[in-house]
Amino acid sequence: MTNSLGRNVPEGKKPFVSSTDYKSHKRQQIGLKTQAEKPVFYESLETAFVDLSLHSGMTFSFHHHLRSGDKVLNQIAKLIEYSDLKNISLAPSSIFPQYDLSELIRSGRINNIYTSYLNGPVADAIQDGHLKGELIMQTHGGRARAIESGELAIDVAFLACPTVDLNGNGSGAIGKSACGTLGYAVSDLMYAKKVVLITDNIVDKLEKYQFDHRFVDMVVKVDSIGDPKGIVSGTTRITRDPIGLKIAHDTALMLEALGEIKPGMSIQTGAGGTSLAVADAIDKLMVKHQIKGSFASGGTTGFHVNMLKQGLFSKLYDVQCFDLEAADSYRVNAFHKGISASEYANPHDPKAIVNKLDIVILGATEIDLKFNVNVTTDSFGKIIGGSGGHADTANGARITIITAQLMRARIPIVKEKVHTVTTPGSDVDILVTERGIAVNPLRKDIITKLEAAKFKFVTIQSLLEIAEKICGKPKELPEGKRQIGVVEYRDGTVIDSLYGSR
Amino acid sequence: MLRSLLFVPGNNPAMIQNADVFGSDAVIFDLEDSVHVAEKDNARNLISEYLETYPVLPDVVIIRINSLDTPFWEADLDAVVSKSVDWIMLPKAGVEEIKKLTLKLESIEKIKQIEKTIKIMPIIELASSLVDLENIAKQERVKGVLFGAEDYRADMGIKRSDTGVELLYPRSRIAVVAKASMIEAIDTPFVDVMNDTALISDCHNASALGMTGKAAIHPRQVMTINDSFSPPKDQIEWASKVMKAKRQADEKNLGVFSLDGKMIDKPIIARAESILKIAKEYGIGGEADD
Repeated sequence: MTNSLGRNVPEGKKPFVSSTDYKSHKRQQIGLKTQAEKPVFYESLETAFVDLSLHSGMTFSFHHHLRSGDKVLNQIAKLIEYSDLKNISLAPSSIFPQYDLSELIRSGRINNIYTSYLNGPVADAIQDGHLKGELIMQTHGGRARAIESGELAIDVAFLACPTVDLNGNGSGAIGKSACGTLGYAVSDLMYAKKVVLITDNIVDKLEKYQFDHRFVDMVVKVDSIGDPKGIVSGTTRITRDPIGLKIAHDTALMLEALGEIKPGMSIQTGAGGTSLAVADAIDKLMVKHQIKGSFASGGTTGFHVNMLKQGLFSKLYDVQCFDLEAADSYRVNAFHKGISASEYANPHDPKAIVNKLDIVILGATEIDLKFNVNVTTDSFGKIIGGSGGHADTANGARITIITAQLMRARIPIVKEKVHTVTTPGSDVDILVTERGIAVNPLRKDIITKLEAAKFKFVTIQSLLEIAEKICGKPKELPEGKRQIGVVEYRDGTVIDSLYGSR
Repeated sequence: MLRSLLFVPGNNPAMIQNADVFGSDAVIFDLEDSVHVAEKDNARNLISEYLETYPVLPDVVIIRINSLDTPFWEADLDAVVSKSVDWIMLPKAGVEEIKKLTLKLESIEKIKQIEKTIKIMPIIELASSLVDLENIAKQERVKGVLFGAEDYRADMGIKRSDTGVELLYPRSRIAVVAKASMIEAIDTPFVDVMNDTALISDCHNASALGMTGKAAIHPRQVMTINDSFSPPKDQIEWASKVMKAKRQADEKNLGVFSLDGKMIDKPIIARAESILKIAKEYGIGGEADD
């Protein structure tokens, strides 16, 4: 079976129809758990594990706010083995390279994985064919939707929480492992059958908290939930790479030509060096034209915090803090607001922030002539990431811009057909490269505005031709034979399949 | 005309392959100061291969060779001169050095059957070159000069100032001689690459004296230089209005006419025409305002 993009869909799965199809479906929400008793506090993860009465075949979830410093998932993985649990489904919001799950996957203890981002040894083990069940790659908003609808039923959510008070309320803003907002875990908190907060800091009372004790069953005190060095980077920096700076500069000029640098504007950029350079270039234009925007959103950095402090935006809506400055700002600044993954990007949340975005700046490992974008696999088919909020923001924002170098390590990023579709081309409007800007022909309004402003742009076909002229035409990857999982669009339909490496 | 000329080290493949994307009017591939002695051969081979095989080259290609008092300059030319090269930039240039370079270029052009005449851009970085500038500018292949302020200061034994006052005389002299000789006057690079504000000020200092362009040592300087050496938007709009008023006056057979309360005569019309011509060449306007 194939979907509307011509991509293979395993039997029994819902094929992707269009990026607006979800609007014809109603929001589904399972009932919220009512908690009569106060959470029980434990000093040992092992004891809590026993008291949870766990059994094989269950689904455990986690969040990734402690990023590469997270120690919780590995601790639970050890207990899965120690407790001789099998056929477990794991649903972490992201999987980073420090997770040591390969043996549990090989031995059939972990059989299914649901996540929004995946790289490192776990990705390798899955692509080598060791996962006995399926890999479901979701979007951040799609994960929240799946959890609240019961499509992804979580038996136990093991949620790292930098500080918990004696009532069982939790916060990521303070504590030795502070990481800022805990937005990706809120759906898990509200809809998992059991919720366990794992913390290394207990205080008497939190005045401000993101995790409400009414959803919490257990609190476990451990020595450490994470390595602060890996949780947040000290600072995030604007790229100094001249190509990245040129792409950023051209993006800002194009937005100016489109008349998008205007009062009330809202924007989301990533935390990478080039994304920050785009934010910096937009910052300068906003200062020059004395523009005050409405909000910036997404994962935030010190750079975004400075824009808030300068008064360039009224608010920051933050689902994840990427550095210390952002985490500090989230703690002290009332206009730096933490939001849940659902409030951020759930396709069925009527107030989702992504739907209020004017502009989103995103990256790509590949983009094809129909503007379909791949951020899940590299040009050799290896899993190196995933949508995260890519497909959510691309769909929600009024203008979606992809910034990318035309060639990376002598491989063109523009392809006739991307290896894996993460985000459909119907949601992608503009590609900015160092060798030209291409506009999706579907966006006639943008084309008309750029033409009126005498702003130069080219076709995506011409960018493909330049790239292939310089690099040569890469060999086509052989068609994948052994499906190892699927990429879901934000509505849960399958937009593409993932294939094994052998 | 060249507003911005971007220096790219001749031994840096990553920078060379992207040399054409930064919007500079010309790229200077350097074989001199940015290339260590041990790297000269590699740099020559790299630039030569690049110019022969790369499918997208800068619009204007300049090669800065080593000066004629080094053992490298002839090997530089033998390796890199091809039909893709537009200019040779010559350090420590005097009339004799230019004549010697001209003979060598004539020979290579003949051997390699290059039909065009490769131009020479001497670097004026010695007090003696500044004194002899009229003669340098008269040399047939010399179609532009680059002012080298760092070596000029060293030759003069003077320090760099914040205001650039020590460059007032050489810049003025170069601009005037270049204008009289109808060649390009390219200003010295600005070395503090992260200081955009100071770069703007330095560009204005140079352009106010009549320098026509400026070298860049980092891609981030290119756009500022292009903006600084292009006619400002309000000037282009003014020139368009002048030319529109002139057409209307011509239809009425009026020799002299006024615009916004000011008399428009021949020199003003010539200035407006010149602004529109330059703007059109740089692709920033220049169409008559109808």
